[in-house]
Parts: sequence; C-alpha cells; structure tokens
Amino acid sequence: MTVHNLYLFDRNGICLHYSEWHRKKQAGISKEEEFKLMYGMLFSMRSFVGKMSPVDMKDGFLAFQTSKYKLHYYETPSGLKVVMNTDLGVGNIRDVLHQIYSNIYVEFVVKNPLCSLSEPIQSELFHAKLDGFIRGLPFFSARAG
Amino acid sequence: MSRPTNRRQDNHKIDWHLPSISSSASAHHMSRELFVLTYGALVAQLCKDYEKDEDVNKYLDRMGYDIGIRLVEDFLARSAVRKCRSYSETVDMIAQVAFKMYLGVTPSVSCSNTTENEFFLMLDKNPLVDFVEELPAGRCSLCYCNLLCGVIRGALEMVHLAAEVTFVQDRLKGDDVTEIGITFLKKLEDKKHKRKK
Repeated sequence: MTVHNLYLFDRNGICLHYSEWHRKKQAGISKEEEFKLMYGMLFSMRSFVGKMSPVDMKDGFLAFQTSKYKLHYYETPSGLKVVMNTDLGVGNIRDVLHQIYSNIYVEFVVKNPLCSLSEPIQSELFHAKLDGFIRGLPFFSARAG
Repeated sequence: MSRPTNRRQDNHKIDWHLPSISSSASAHHMSRELFVLTYGALVAQLCKDYEKDEDVNKYLDRMGYDIGIRLVEDFLARSAVRKCRSYSETVDMIAQVAFKMYLGVTPSVSCSNTTENEFFLMLDKNPLVDFVEELPAGRCSLCYCNLLCGVIRGALEMVHLAAEVTFVQDRLKGDDVTEIGITFLKKLEDKKHKRKK
C-alpha cells in the first residue's frame, strides 16, 4: 500500500503544488501539460458525473480506479482540489484529503499573509508538513509496494 | 430611515453539525476585549488617515474583503459543511455557523418578500461595538462595522456567489436595530484553464 503522488489545484486550474513519492512511470509530457491535462480531466469528469447521474447527486465525483492505481479526488466549496494517486489497497480516504486541506493547506498557506493564493506554493514549511503528513499515513510504505 | 415592512421569517429547521475544533484552535484563543479594542483602534486610525466617511467605509470594506477570501477557507476547514443548495441555506449557514464560530453571536435571518435574492441579518448583539457609545461628531455616515460587510462579500465570492453586502440599518446611526443586507447577484462560474496550443 502506498501513495504515488499528490496534486493541489486552485479554483482557476492553476496547480498550486505537486509532489511524488513513488512514481515508476512518467507521463511523457512536460509537467505543465500534465497539470493542464489532469485539471481538464477533473473538470470534465465532475460535470459528466453530475449530468449523467441517474439519481440526485450528493458528493459527485469521488475516485476512479484502474488495474494498477486509484485516483482520489476531494474538492472544497471554495474550489480547491486535492488529487491523490494511491495503489489499489487504499479505500475511501476523503477524510485524509480533508485533513490535508484543513490542517496543512489552511494552516500553512491560507493563514500565511505572505503566501499568495493564486500562485504555486513556495512555502518550505508547507512542503515539509505535507511530506511529513503523507509519510505518516497508515497506508504509506517507504518501499514501493 | 423608514423600516421596510415587506419581511418574512425563514423558519425551516436544519440539523447543523457542530463545527469540529481544529487542532490549532486552542492556540488561537484570544481575549475578546483585545480583539474589539484592536478593531476600534483600526477604525480610529482610518478616520485619522481619511477625511471622508465614504473613504473610510470603502477601505474597511476592502480590508474585510481581503480577510473574507481567506477566512472562508478556515471556515470550510473547521466546519466541514457541504455545499449549500440555495441562497437561504447559505445565509442560514453564515448566520448560525459562521457568525457563531467567529463572533459568538447568532443574527436572525429574514428574507425580503419582494426580491428572492435579498436577505437580512439582524444583529441583536454586535461584539464589535461593545465599547462604542456613539459615532464621533462629524462622522455621521461612518459604517463602523463595515469590515463585516467586506468579509461576507469576500467569503461569498470564493464560493462562487457574487453578492452586495451593506448595512441596511445601524444602531450607531440612530436606527432601532443593526441589520446587514445581503443581495445575491448572478452566480460566478469556475474558469476552465485555457489550454495553450
């Protein structure tokens, strides 16, 4: 069980943060294109899920799963999107993503008047706290699983 | 200023989940007097800096806006509330959860009968004016708590709701009650990031 990588997008599609822990294969395109591709996919997926839902929708798009990895998605009402790729052994981690938002993003970026909210996050403290948090997760193993 | 008579109370009951305290909340405990006095000093300084009341009101609103766009993230993080489905749910959320969380008071909500997008928050107790007896001479159109209007406006904008927020009535100006009016304009949409070819 492990965490592959994590993306943070703001409400306008700007990638605020990206970090990876176990990524064996790169996408083959530049990081900028990768972020745009990811955001475009999420945006389309969210509206698709809402439109095609046969019942009244509650939370919307939560995650998708392939034979090799699972992508988890969490969005706040203010438009901040947390995307985490893990392997298949991981269940529902919406509360983990919410914790990343409330205990790390809000505490170390929103409350920091020197951090601009519409630019990639430069704060070293944020990087360190996020890294420590991810490494401390129960489903994170230091060896690529 | 005549009091508008076209009002109806929204009485639907909603089961509010009490906001969970964040791990750092205990570290943020602050004396209420300190906060109120600091706010008063801020307004006093703005009055020294700007002669016209409109300018002071404008800058208070702007400061409130800058606070609101960040405060909303803290609110969403601590209260973990779901997306609101209607304007009245949003206003209820502001009055019963947000005001309670940050100022310790719960204004009562009413809605205008004529326009569906207009709501009013009536503040029985306003902690920001605890130590204010009356507006200083020559400052009759000063909106002392205009920061609150900016905060609400900024917060709403970050959840894609454009609104105009003003003080409809103000005890400091001689009215019976203090009332904040929220008028929702059109909904702001998410911008899809443009792909560069």
